[in-house]
Amino acid sequence: MSATTGHKPVDHAAAAAAFVADTPHLAFHDKRLWELRQKRDGQMHGIPEWQELRDLASAIKEHTLSRLPEYLEQFEAQAQANGVRVHWARDADEHNATVLRILREHNAKTLAKSKSMLTEECEMAPFLERHGITITETDLGERIQQLDGQPPSHIVVPAVHKLRADVARVFARTIGGDPDNSDPNALAEHARMTTRPLMLDADAGMTGANFLVAETGAVVVCTNEGNADLSANLPRVHIVSAGVEKLIPRQADLGVFIRLLSRSALGSPITQYTSHFRGPRDGAEMHIILVDNGRSKRLGQEDFWTSLKCIRCGACMNTCPVYRRSGGLSYGAVYSGPIGAIINPAYDPARYAALPFASTLNGSCTNVCPVRINIHDQLYKWRRLIAEGGFLPRKKVFGLRVMGVVLASPTLYRLATASARMAVRVLPRALLYSRLNAWGRDREVPVAPKESFAAWAARHRPAKK
Amino acid sequence: MTVGLAIPCFIDAFFPEVGIASLELLERLGVDVAYPQGQTCCGQPMANNGCQGAAQGAEAHFVDLFAGFEAVVMPSGSCVHHLRSHFDAIPQTERVRHLRENTYELVEYLHDVLRVDDFPWAEFPHKIGLHNSCGTLRSLRHASMSELGETPFSKPLDLLSKVAGIEFVTPARPDECCGFGGTFSVAEDAVSGRMGLDKVRDHAAAGAEYIVSADTSCLMHQQGCARRAGVPLRFIHIAQILNGARA
Repeated sequence: MSATTGHKPVDHAAAAAAFVADTPHLAFHDKRLWELRQKRDGQMHGIPEWQELRDLASAIKEHTLSRLPEYLEQFEAQAQANGVRVHWARDADEHNATVLRILREHNAKTLAKSKSMLTEECEMAPFLERHGITITETDLGERIQQLDGQPPSHIVVPAVHKLRADVARVFARTIGGDPDNSDPNALAEHARMTTRPLMLDADAGMTGANFLVAETGAVVVCTNEGNADLSANLPRVHIVSAGVEKLIPRQADLGVFIRLLSRSALGSPITQYTSHFRGPRDGAEMHIILVDNGRSKRLGQEDFWTSLKCIRCGACMNTCPVYRRSGGLSYGAVYSGPIGAIINPAYDPARYAALPFASTLNGSCTNVCPVRINIHDQLYKWRRLIAEGGFLPRKKVFGLRVMGVVLASPTLYRLATASARMAVRVLPRALLYSRLNAWGRDREVPVAPKESFAAWAARHRPAKK
Repeated sequence: MTVGLAIPCFIDAFFPEVGIASLELLERLGVDVAYPQGQTCCGQPMANNGCQGAAQGAEAHFVDLFAGFEAVVMPSGSCVHHLRSHFDAIPQTERVRHLRENTYELVEYLHDVLRVDDFPWAEFPHKIGLHNSCGTLRSLRHASMSELGETPFSKPLDLLSKVAGIEFVTPARPDECCGFGGTFSVAEDAVSGRMGLDKVRDHAAAGAEYIVSADTSCLMHQQGCARRAGVPLRFIHIAQILNGARA
């Protein structure tokens, strides 16, 4: 188990309760993401070999991860041969320092950046801003979140927890505009007109990577807005920030993932742009930073290494009934939803101890995962590690121990259940539904029957000897 | 052969009618059923919270009561899922493995083992919405899963379709979890309650009079949510309908 970072533990339940209390946001969030799940289902039904594609994608990723050093070196050699400068970063600090060094070499003060969860993970933006760099997020959702000072709440649709009226207010507060005009076309146009000049003038550009192709050294980026192409191609310097798990062996493997990615994510056959960056254009520079930041450690964890297969499609979030009703920000982490709940504890089990419990273990996430990560099994396994590591709230551990003792003893069990029936029968409503009764905050308790099944059976089916 | 009937704690304590229906139904079908007294719980609540140590006592006690049976039947998908997929707080001896391999959820037992094709005593002249718990759906494989695009099948619907007068309605999100989730229901009560409310409203909008399930735990939660919100739905375990309950 890794060392903890001393951060306050995330209280998912409290944050989720606040989200649930805001009915208009909750209802929209749930409906919007459920629509994505349904569109994803529609795409799946259109592809008879869908399950074989998932098998193939999973196998390719497992193969690559099991030979990661070889493929990384092959990728590095190919990229260098293409004229790309390759950097290695052990952790977030090395990554951020590398980015800053490259920017300083070019005296760059402004950075146009397309979507990258890895840079969120590395907390790069605040670091660069402290060093005088101005960053412009070029993905619309990311831009909204940046202007609002919030992290993305979803890995594909970063501002999905906001209503358009919220966006109008954020824009009015930050980049001007009418706070009462929430027409989506007007908002998008306003964002475009205010962001485009910043992209045109940026000293450097940055993208993430959806895939790194070992045999060609190519970086593949999938977007729907074309903003990655602008971020990469307009400035003289293009920096790619990529986790080491993004590798695939061959160009031929790419098709498997491209077919799965957008269908799983948004229920569209393909992203509007699938951009292949192989090398710098004339007179420009291209840098790739290959980042570990805990990945090789996770690769060594028998129960959890397959989480590195993730292609960041967000299908698990869209289908997750808990995520849809608690919002991504409630996870208090870079990665939210089911995939976040199995990735974050690897970084800091104390801080993220609540996340594997923010699930009913219903298993829908595992079923939609295009690379067959057994997400709900890993949630279950994380619960054990978190309990064994002493990261459960003390009150909960005590309660479960008492429960364990009671449920191991027929006598105590009879006493406890009889008392519960009695309580339901005789307690005045105010007492029965006191604040201590979490069950009763949202629902009625069952009506107490006259007797237990055991008592009925003792009379009607006495033991045969 | 005598079949051991395992009745989960919440059914024993609060829904004895489900236990009675399960027992009577198996007997009607000619099964020699024994109900060992002194039952408590399968250990799932502790194990699902990662507390293996706290689950040991309940799991060991369950084995003591049931390891001697050739087959065990439980009218609860979630408990059978625990037995089959987890239940490893205690050493996996021969008797533990035997028990785990020979424990059936009631619908499975009726559908796959007994292959019942007639319930002449059953009549349920109501519109029902079926709720497959996540354990029965995605672990025990009671029915096809919408995420996989499988050829549709449903063991509980197969059985219920043999009941006279019954009508089925389908909610908009049939496979969506209802939000019970064991201790999730109290640890994350706001989300859990909202999921339950959405679930019962979905069934009500589809025109259901009853929600029927092989899992009383889900029903207990949904019933609580419906009563709190004033959604006029009724809840019944599949064993009760198959055993001839009329309402």
